[in-house]
Amino acid sequence: MSDETLRIGVFVCDCGHNIAGIVDTEEVARCAAELPDVVTVVKNRYTCADPGQNEIKKAIAEHRLNRVVIASCTPKIHEPTFRNCVAEAGLNPYLMEMANIREHCSWVHMKDREGATAKAKDLVSSAVGRARRLEPQDEKVFPVTNAALVIGGGVAGIEAALELADGGHQVYLVEKGPSIGGIMSALDKTFPTMDCSI
Amino acid sequence: MMDAGRHPRIQLLVNSEVEDITGFVGNYRAAVRQHAQYVDASECTSCGDCGDVCPVVVPDEYQQGFSSRRAIYLPFPQAVPASYYLDADNCLGFNPIACGKCFEACEKKCIDFDVRDEVLDLEVGAVIVATGMEPYDPRPYDEYGYTRFENVITSMEFERLICAGGPTAGELKRPTDGAIPQRIGFIQCVGSRSPNRGVPYCSNICCMNTVKQTLQIAEHYPESQQKVFYIDIRAFGKGFEDMYRRSREEGVDYVRGLPGSVEEDPQTRDLVIHVENTLTGKREEHRLDMLVLATGLVPRKLNGSGTRSVDEILSLSHTSDGFLMEAHPKLKPVDAPTRGVYFAGCAEAPKDVKDSVTQAGAAASRAGNLLGAGQVRIEAITARLVEDLCAQCKICANVCPFNAVVEANKKQSIYPDFIEAACAGCGTCAAECPFDAIVMRHFEDAQITAQIDAILADDAMSKIVAFACNWCSYAGGDTAGTSRLQYPPAIRLIRTMCSGRVDQKFIWHAFEQGAPMVLVSGCHFSDCHYIDAVTWTQRRVEKVWTQMEKLGIRPERLQLEWISAAEGQKFARVMRELDIMLRSISEQEVAETVEILKKKRPGAPKIVAPTAQPLASAPA
Repeated sequence: MSDETLRIGVFVCDCGHNIAGIVDTEEVARCAAELPDVVTVVKNRYTCADPGQNEIKKAIAEHRLNRVVIASCTPKIHEPTFRNCVAEAGLNPYLMEMANIREHCSWVHMKDREGATAKAKDLVSSAVGRARRLEPQDEKVFPVTNAALVIGGGVAGIEAALELADGGHQVYLVEKGPSIGGIMSALDKTFPTMDCSI
Repeated sequence: MMDAGRHPRIQLLVNSEVEDITGFVGNYRAAVRQHAQYVDASECTSCGDCGDVCPVVVPDEYQQGFSSRRAIYLPFPQAVPASYYLDADNCLGFNPIACGKCFEACEKKCIDFDVRDEVLDLEVGAVIVATGMEPYDPRPYDEYGYTRFENVITSMEFERLICAGGPTAGELKRPTDGAIPQRIGFIQCVGSRSPNRGVPYCSNICCMNTVKQTLQIAEHYPESQQKVFYIDIRAFGKGFEDMYRRSREEGVDYVRGLPGSVEEDPQTRDLVIHVENTLTGKREEHRLDMLVLATGLVPRKLNGSGTRSVDEILSLSHTSDGFLMEAHPKLKPVDAPTRGVYFAGCAEAPKDVKDSVTQAGAAASRAGNLLGAGQVRIEAITARLVEDLCAQCKICANVCPFNAVVEANKKQSIYPDFIEAACAGCGTCAAECPFDAIVMRHFEDAQITAQIDAILADDAMSKIVAFACNWCSYAGGDTAGTSRLQYPPAIRLIRTMCSGRVDQKFIWHAFEQGAPMVLVSGCHFSDCHYIDAVTWTQRRVEKVWTQMEKLGIRPERLQLEWISAAEGQKFARVMRELDIMLRSISEQEVAETVEILKKKRPGAPKIVAPTAQPLASAPA
């Protein structure tokens, strides 16, 4: 991959008014277009929605993109979404990078549009810089031990253990005290049905 | 309860505590200490002969101390397992045998004083944390007289007094004289919604619990008079408003206002409540026979026999209320940030039985999906050794919190062995390697340096380069965002999985490129998702501080902060403070630093790990 010419696509998300209400996303997109190896910049209203994802897939095919940068929300929400999206378009999911211009920018600099826009541009530039050096990766697959540990034998622990066991999984239910039942077992009746708690 | 006790696929481990959990999603390994079970639960018939002869009498916790039990006892009639239990803390002693009466009385001979604790080694794919909560201890509310006046009880104590299986066989007798109280009062929000004493949040269940209790009293004693002192009645769930209406229809007097003081009439032991009725603005005095404090719910203090709580063992973060923090408050409400760990019940937040059951079902379903899939993909972010650069100094093996780097088996290879399945991707080894021989996949040196360069490409003076760990500090920034906490836009965050990844060369590189300030930010020590990787972050930053001082660079320009995922407030505050500091740094100072570093850039110094073997063979 390192011998290949870099072809980066940048996708700037408005997230409705969440980002575009503060950050000048047009300006961010304009600047992104000037960054090294960026061959296309697309602005979306909602990049995570199907039309937004389709734009990404379309651009990957059309512009033969081998890196994708998405300037939107925190990767903690949509990194899996966008990794899947680029993978569906035939790109290694590790060649996608996100710039968090919502949680770390538009939402925390609401009274400083200029500062927020400058920061968003930097975050995109930083993500593009990183994207240029990304390498494809293969995820390892490991087997899963078909058993669960449930810590706490109150009503929640008992219920979770029963559900899992009924589903065919081995369960270890660990309770610190001498009996399961927890606090609920000491209640006389429970609302709203006013029935016995045990 | 009984279903869980007899389910063929549930192994019940009572009287047991989790001591350690290692591994990763789908492949956890738990050490569970099963405390000595002196009574064989499979043999015990609960005949009670042992308890009858036991000479020890202690307060019965299950009955809230209203009655007593023996040192060998049935925890409660419906206990599962349905077995007597020997409370070793209160038993007169059996090693050497000081009493042994129960042993002699047991016909089935199911008491064995020689059993010992057992530590079980369990392999599991998923973990469900259902460690619950505990009721608030109302003693700080001294004006309500709990413990000073016997007829002031808590809502949990009330449960036992009204219960047919309770110490009074369901007769609501007041503690001082055993008389049936005719005038009963309830005080709401004891410990809840109080930023000064107790907790600031609403405990969710106490309003409805009180409504339920008023209906129980109305049913048992239709002639009684009841009063509820409250701020708001929160009856938001299905069927709740209807219950509240029924309670009012039964004649329960709801008085809006929390009492200022409670006094006891020394003769009658009746209670006199002084309260400002906030609906009329008038001070009122109410005489009662008995007062129930509707205590709130607080996070359970989980320390068991060991020194580490379940939260610590699993590196679980807490929201500001002290309950466990979810991976996402709306989209992943039962997932822990650590994959393969799920929450059920009040450990996550106070909730009633219905919500606990609902959440437990969700947690089981999430865990079931993982277990049922049979396999799990692991993010490709692990460490890889470049053998040509490796000088076999063993530092990587010494710093790895997961023992994923194993010292070379000289017969096979001279290089250390990197076990991919055990590597969690913190990057501490790569940051500590003096020879740049370790590549962190997807968090490579060149990738991080490129980010620094891009950030500092222009107008560097207005920017702070910050490294934030994925789990805590970066997430703390997200929390600040979702809470719309405002701070100045100087900060430029670079995400690494752990602050342990922040190689000192990244810091030097940033200063060399003209960064006025650098921030390294990670998890609090107890929250570190990579066991103790964060301690290496601290040591490394301290070393850089020392070097900066030697070189004549103000060490304040490198900041180190511990910010948890829940600490959005702290994140915003730190950003504001850094912004003020940033203004104290002049262009000249930055230019001087760049010059200093051009002349003498501190290279990777010889790092001696505290537990490392002497590094005589390692090249300098």
